[in-house]
Amino acid sequence: MRLFDKANFDFIRHRHKAYLVTLLLTVPGLLIVLMRGVNYSVEFTGGTLVQVESAKPVDVGAVRTALAQRGVDGAEIQTFGSDRELVIRARGAKAGADADDTQATGSALQQALDAVLGSGNYTILRTEAVGPKVGGELREKALMAILLSFVAVLIYLAYRFEWRFGVAAVIATAHDVLASVAFIGLVRLEVSLFVVAGLMTIIGYSLNDTIVIFDRIRENLHLRKRDQFADILNRSINETLPRTAFTGTTALGSLLALAVLGGDVVRPFALLMLFGVIVGTFSSIFIAAPALLEIEKRWPGPAARGHLTPKKPPAPAPGRKPLPVGR
Amino acid sequence: MSIRTRLLIIAGLIALSIFYLMPRNVTLRERDIETGVMTDRTEKRVPPKLGLDLQGGMHLALELDQSKQVSSDPKRDLQLALTVLRKRIDEFGVTEPLIQQVGNDRIVVELAGIKDPARAKAIVQRSAFLEFKITDETQALDKALPAMDRTLRSLGIKSVGQPTQPSAVQQLLGGDSARATPKDSAATGGRDSAAKSTRDSAGADTSAVVGGVLSGLIQNAGTTPGEYAVPETAFPRVDSLLNIPAVARQLPRGMILRWSSASTSLGVQPVRFLYALNNESIVTGANLVDATAQLDPLTNGPIVTFELDRPGGRKFGDQTGKHVGDFMAILLDGRVQGRPPVIQSRIGRNGQITLAGRTLQEAQDLALTLKAGALPIPLKIIEERQVGPTLGEDAVRSGIIAGIIGTLFVVSVMVLYYRTAGVLAVVALTLYLLFTLGALAMLDATLTLPGLAGMVLSIGIAVDANVLIFERIREELAAGKTVPLAVDEGFKHAMSAIIDSNVTTVLTGLFLFQFGTGPVKGFAVTLIIGILASMVTAIFVTRTLFILWLNRKSTMATLSI
Repeated sequence: MRLFDKANFDFIRHRHKAYLVTLLLTVPGLLIVLMRGVNYSVEFTGGTLVQVESAKPVDVGAVRTALAQRGVDGAEIQTFGSDRELVIRARGAKAGADADDTQATGSALQQALDAVLGSGNYTILRTEAVGPKVGGELREKALMAILLSFVAVLIYLAYRFEWRFGVAAVIATAHDVLASVAFIGLVRLEVSLFVVAGLMTIIGYSLNDTIVIFDRIRENLHLRKRDQFADILNRSINETLPRTAFTGTTALGSLLALAVLGGDVVRPFALLMLFGVIVGTFSSIFIAAPALLEIEKRWPGPAARGHLTPKKPPAPAPGRKPLPVGR
Repeated sequence: MSIRTRLLIIAGLIALSIFYLMPRNVTLRERDIETGVMTDRTEKRVPPKLGLDLQGGMHLALELDQSKQVSSDPKRDLQLALTVLRKRIDEFGVTEPLIQQVGNDRIVVELAGIKDPARAKAIVQRSAFLEFKITDETQALDKALPAMDRTLRSLGIKSVGQPTQPSAVQQLLGGDSARATPKDSAATGGRDSAAKSTRDSAGADTSAVVGGVLSGLIQNAGTTPGEYAVPETAFPRVDSLLNIPAVARQLPRGMILRWSSASTSLGVQPVRFLYALNNESIVTGANLVDATAQLDPLTNGPIVTFELDRPGGRKFGDQTGKHVGDFMAILLDGRVQGRPPVIQSRIGRNGQITLAGRTLQEAQDLALTLKAGALPIPLKIIEERQVGPTLGEDAVRSGIIAGIIGTLFVVSVMVLYYRTAGVLAVVALTLYLLFTLGALAMLDATLTLPGLAGMVLSIGIAVDANVLIFERIREELAAGKTVPLAVDEGFKHAMSAIIDSNVTTVLTGLFLFQFGTGPVKGFAVTLIIGILASMVTAIFVTRTLFILWLNRKSTMATLSI
């Protein structure tokens, strides 16, 4: 049994349709993100999160009033799983308190819970309190991590392949990041550190996928001197398609297990990754390879030269050695 | 490389991983709550170490809180705070605490598996600055009050304040006079001169007529010189009013005001005592060498006895000798502990602090913070994460279930799709898991929840290298090559793709590690280790297994792949 054995799809010809699909799927999500902003977790905005398990069902309204009385306004209060479990997110600090001193808000939350639920009738499962200063630093760091990893990948690929391949790979990966951000906006996923880690993993997975195809392109450019560049792209994608499909399946399988069974904290990460694996696979085929084609058309490199002349190119001039690709 | 060497290397790697995964002895230090005795107990733990989010615990990030006290040398103060915190947490008794400086201005404290986070937080944060000061006997505050009220009036505080305030003040006044009339307290308290206090209260009265804010709220308590009572409900307001610089200036030089640490119920209403003190400390906690919590045999209440070093003892003795008959306030972090006792005679190196209305445990905590030393500058918590042990257990359980199901899926798909070669890949996958866990244990890395998720994911991705090789072998076979040649070529040609794709993933992982904090760092570590382990297993282990397989049937014409 072999998936996509001897597959022969003309991916490159349909690239414009793929661009359209991407635009239609990504732009609405990005617009939502631009208009409404991203639902950052308290780690990034600064604030206090408390997850509480109460002995009896909790009156959310009463908790809200009790919080407001103690100077904590506009807290998000959600039940979590059952009506006995509660997650409270207070973004702002308690009125009049130093925002970077998380203590004041925390004790106000505790007092409010004591008043509504009665002290001793509830257990605090989880607390996260982050001052806005730390939150701001985290946002900055997350952005830096993504941008710098792009630069590093660009340099590595320029060294191993050539800069055109690197740029095409980064374009495809940037597409995946944008699409993931759009996905986050559409499903209102809470952006926690964990989700940022997911975003970085998507970058890794997508690059992985792209490079497998690029590796085959590099090889085929070498082997098939007379083929058109677009044909080489198609051939390379088709040849690696069994691997792409199989690895995608196993990755999706283990992510599905995480999403269904992994618990509430892991679920957002697993959902984002599920989306990321799909979009990463899509982009390697429909964005990375076409991007390489567009780049080589405008700024032909040594590797692609000879493959770009229209229709039946003559055999390479005798004596002219093909330039080595990569290393 | 001969097959024997290959097998030896693999056996070595397996042995190494198992060695690092052997249960280790961990020393747990705990303090008995009843007796306060520290006991060490050893427990076997299977590595790798679980992160706070999996085993429960507390993570704190602290900074110098310079809002009240500006540090002259922040670098040195942070170092000092670090040593003090280490000593305190050592005494507190936590297994494998992590206390380290992060960046230039931050201390991170991680306490795994603690049961009482609020207590731990108090111990970390308490400045534990101990001072002894003599209470004021000149009635300085009584004299200053009218001037303070005038200052407040000129600042427009009273009238611009909340419209409800006047009525509240009147209410409080009424409550006060019902309980203990000012005249009463003046008569009993004014040891110096009754005349003075009547004049003062007259002054206070006149200002009260025109709306004296402070004099209406601060009442001379009488029994102890320099002691004043403020209704507990008015305490925050009075505190903020007294902190206005123009108001504070009305107090004579060398005189300071300090609040009592807790409210006292006097009659119907709880009151908070305010003390006027001589600013000069007769001795501070810097001279303290030992502190122990005890139960007072007389009152059965908790006390902390302390011992001063020689210079401190000498100074303490001199000063208390000079002030026999006066009252001495004991201040901890700027709050007066209990009501100041009268100095009956010269006190030497030993003394005690009475903690009325506190538990023995609180006394023990105070004793340990005093012994560990005071923080040079108070610390504020800028980040706190706390996970209860049950939540961590749930996370581990669901993570493991998801891992098992995910692995079963990957294994069955591999075997169904690649037949015998798939079985070899599954063997390699098992070794991959062993190597990853072994490497985590060897590096003493912490397994966090994102890390666990990363491992489940990496099982899905770890087969990728095998898949690349197998697909390539299939292609070579389809191209008509013989089995041994196809296997050779398959491994050779898949190599560049495996290396290039994995190196880029490691690169992103490195940046994640560099910029991530706590749990995300854990994720990056498992990701990087996982990728390296998967490369080793795919390139080396699977290759060896293939060699073994082909050697057994050297004339194989078709490959079960």
